[in-house]
Amino acid sequence: MRTIKYILQKEFLQIFRNKSMLPIIFAMPIIQLCVLVFAATFEMKNTNLYIVDQDLSSHSRQIISKFEASPFFTIKHTDFSIKHAEDELFKDNVDAILHFENGFGNAVDKKEAASVQVLVNAIDASAAGLYNAYILSVIQDYNQKLESSIQTTIKKQAVQQVQNTYSHLFNPEMKYIPYMLPGILVLLITVIGLFLSAMNVVREKEIGTIEQINVTPIKKYQFLIGKLIPFIFIGFFELGIGLILAAFVFKIPILGSVWLIYLVAFIYLLTILGIGLFISTQTDTQQQAMFIAWFFMIIFILMSGLFTPTESMPEWGQKMNLLNPVAYFIKIIRMIMLKGSGFMDILKDLTILSLYSIAMLSFATNRYKKTN
Amino acid sequence: MNTDKKVISVRNLYKRFGSFTANDDLSFDVYKGEIFGFLGANGAGKTTAMKILCGLSYPTSGEIMVAGLDVYKQREELKKNIGYMSQKFSLYEDLTVFENIRFYAGIYGMSSKEIKTKADELLQKLGLVHARNKRIGELPLGWKQKLAFSVAIFHNPGIVFLDEPTGGVDPVTRRQFWDLIYEASRAGITVFVTTHYMDEAEYCDRISIMVDGRIEALDTPEALKKHFKAKDMDEVFLQLARKSNYQE
Amino acid sequence: MKRFIGFLKKEFYHIFRDKRSMLILFGMPVVQLLLFGFVITNELKDVKMAVLDHSKDEYTSEIINKIVSSGYFKLVENLDNISQVDETFRKGKTKLVLVFEPDFRKKLVKGPHASVQILTDASDPNIANMEVSYLQGILQNYNVEINRGKQVTNQIIPKTRMYFNSKLESVYMFVPGIMATILMLVSAMMTSISIAREKEMGTMEILLVSPLRPLQIILGKVTPYLILSFINTLVIIGMGYFVFGVPVLGSFVLLMAESVLFILLALSLGIFISTISNSQQVAMMLSMFALMLPTILLSGFIFPLRNMPLPLQIFSNIIPPRWFIIIIKNIMLKGTGFEFIWKETLILIGMTAGLIGLSVRKFKIRLE
Repeated sequence: MRTIKYILQKEFLQIFRNKSMLPIIFAMPIIQLCVLVFAATFEMKNTNLYIVDQDLSSHSRQIISKFEASPFFTIKHTDFSIKHAEDELFKDNVDAILHFENGFGNAVDKKEAASVQVLVNAIDASAAGLYNAYILSVIQDYNQKLESSIQTTIKKQAVQQVQNTYSHLFNPEMKYIPYMLPGILVLLITVIGLFLSAMNVVREKEIGTIEQINVTPIKKYQFLIGKLIPFIFIGFFELGIGLILAAFVFKIPILGSVWLIYLVAFIYLLTILGIGLFISTQTDTQQQAMFIAWFFMIIFILMSGLFTPTESMPEWGQKMNLLNPVAYFIKIIRMIMLKGSGFMDILKDLTILSLYSIAMLSFATNRYKKTN
Repeated sequence: MNTDKKVISVRNLYKRFGSFTANDDLSFDVYKGEIFGFLGANGAGKTTAMKILCGLSYPTSGEIMVAGLDVYKQREELKKNIGYMSQKFSLYEDLTVFENIRFYAGIYGMSSKEIKTKADELLQKLGLVHARNKRIGELPLGWKQKLAFSVAIFHNPGIVFLDEPTGGVDPVTRRQFWDLIYEASRAGITVFVTTHYMDEAEYCDRISIMVDGRIEALDTPEALKKHFKAKDMDEVFLQLARKSNYQE
Repeated sequence: MKRFIGFLKKEFYHIFRDKRSMLILFGMPVVQLLLFGFVITNELKDVKMAVLDHSKDEYTSEIINKIVSSGYFKLVENLDNISQVDETFRKGKTKLVLVFEPDFRKKLVKGPHASVQILTDASDPNIANMEVSYLQGILQNYNVEINRGKQVTNQIIPKTRMYFNSKLESVYMFVPGIMATILMLVSAMMTSISIAREKEMGTMEILLVSPLRPLQIILGKVTPYLILSFINTLVIIGMGYFVFGVPVLGSFVLLMAESVLFILLALSLGIFISTISNSQQVAMMLSMFALMLPTILLSGFIFPLRNMPLPLQIFSNIIPPRWFIIIIKNIMLKGTGFEFIWKETLILIGMTAGLIGLSVRKFKIRLE
């Protein structure tokens, strides 16, 4: 126990004395959190429309005015020439073209097949999907309006209809920040923890102090615990700041228990730091360690469900995710914060994560060799 | 020199890395309290052998006892009884003099009170009291090395291993460094030192000269000079090194 | 010159000797492409759905069948009480609950209409939105189907055409995105670390006092990474083309030239980082940590820049990958020539020059 105390004392001194690392460890994650939560959004704003109305009927005008009224769209141009419109699309000046051909309004009135062309700039696929969905929903709305007016005219015909209503639970205002902030917070904690721990032991190898340590009677587990605890503190600190920001600056209600989040964070950090220390013991240079950590980091993040839904992944991808600690923590922290999930709700995932952390820590201890 | 008390006993030590044999059938004894010099050109296998004796590296085969302990089985027990100063400078540059002492002494299990009093004594002796709270990185190399040595014997080990301790320092500092070694030796610490400075060889009680992984000669400096009819150790070494098939 | 070639050889040897790092440098883009191509998707698939059916008749089961057979939704649970909804959401067992009202069949047949309520777990608003619109589409189709023969109404049918990416393949945006992030991180990171390493080890001074000129040292340091990154570019574009069918409509030579420009920019960023950091650790954290997230998030790689708040959109202007992504998308997907991307190219050149200038100044100050 006393031995661990001396290692801790040394590690903390080294961390806090490194003036150029301190802002990177403590300030940068917080700044990134505050800035980047705003970036991670699929919320639609300002879709630039180019309208080619060769019809000029009341129907086309009504549809256009619906687009004008919508906060999601800005009508950049209205014109007759599809050629010019396509040019603008090509230059990325507009996001979509709405093209009403001559005879459109007539067709609607005559109840014939009337169509409107929607030409979407799909240079950015994910945005294009959104533009399209929003445009379609405006047209759909208009259809419904038509429908009800038609229904009232052809009364009493037995039309069978399934109607639907929907409510969005847990986030009725459909805000992105409550969803993204916990995820990005996890990401930042992970990056800091994984990188610092991966570099730590190998750094001592590089500067040569590891030999001096290895020639002492220190136990392997003592050494690694001494390395682990400071990083857990750093992780806890950052988590705390992140949660405070979430609650008081971003006004995200934290529905579940903060203590539970910390419990999960503790087990999660053990896993991540175990992986980091394991990498550190297996490499010869900091550069190498950094690379390997980075490699796993990217895969972990991309598959974690931070930006994309994990359920849409193929079966084998989801199986792979069983080995992805980031996926567990992101899932759990979102559940606790946004849905108020309790201990029993997350028990299964937490158990797996605990086993994972034990495995990684024993790996790290096992692979750290005091003797070559 | 007390020749009946062996503190290091090596029999038929081999260390191979693939097809390369770094230590080829080494056998020697080191007695309590002596200063044992381990000489050889770069790449002769000195550091490899020393690391095996310290328990930092596994031998391929051989019987090795250090401080009465088997380096295979009692490795961790052994580590309590030895001190080591590696070739690579190994104090933490970003910690102060005292913090370094406290850290290393701490992991050898010394109490904080003991550490404090002993550290003050040490700094007094080295004339480094004013540097107590200076970071190691700010000190000149000679001081660092003296400190590294003092840290290596701070916990009073029976044996201290020094791997080219005086590399890159000026002759005056080297002389002072050897004064420290003598002092430790007088205090009963056995000193095992590798070097390639031939004048330093003269300071040792006994020396062994390694060429290409083998021990080519082992005796007191006087006896060696006599045997090779040489006026100094330099000449002894050159005569032996000529036999080497390893040409740089 | 001969001396320089010797130095260059040493650098190459140094880098290529480390097998593990090599594996990662070349494996990274491949793994990322495979992940994006085969695993990660933003589309809906197999959304876990629970049903609370108060009516349990042939119509409700037909509707459920329709929904499940669409492939977008997967029935995981049948609830029998509204009070279970909250719990099943909290346990994360389902993302969506469908509630059929009592007497669904009767209301549907006798009119005026039967209703179904969709409850979503909107903690992920994007998915919740998509779920609702997909379900509405399915229900709409169902309405049309059961009323077939009776003329109900005619509808305005939107005919959508996607320009530049007709099937809306997400791989089309991932290939440019991955190229930008990989080149950025690899080049900037590798150079900054390798120079910081020489500084830390004290070997930089040895190099500086050698007859090599500082410019030669820097060139020797960056050339291997330039080549490495260039190979990565070829691999990414090649894989995109042959495995995922991402086209290169424009000039291949132009694409390569722009990629080299971007690599040079990333390398000069790496040099700049190394001049402001005093240890490998700082260099690594700056080049990986400080660059990674902004490169992914503020470049338009995953999230459309258009949707971000104005200050962020302005800030994104200084993120080099942002411009590079525009350039390569233009060349690859639109087949545009230089006349459409000269502005972006100029910005990249300007940034490169700026970074080199700053590094030289920093470097001189240090020497004084």
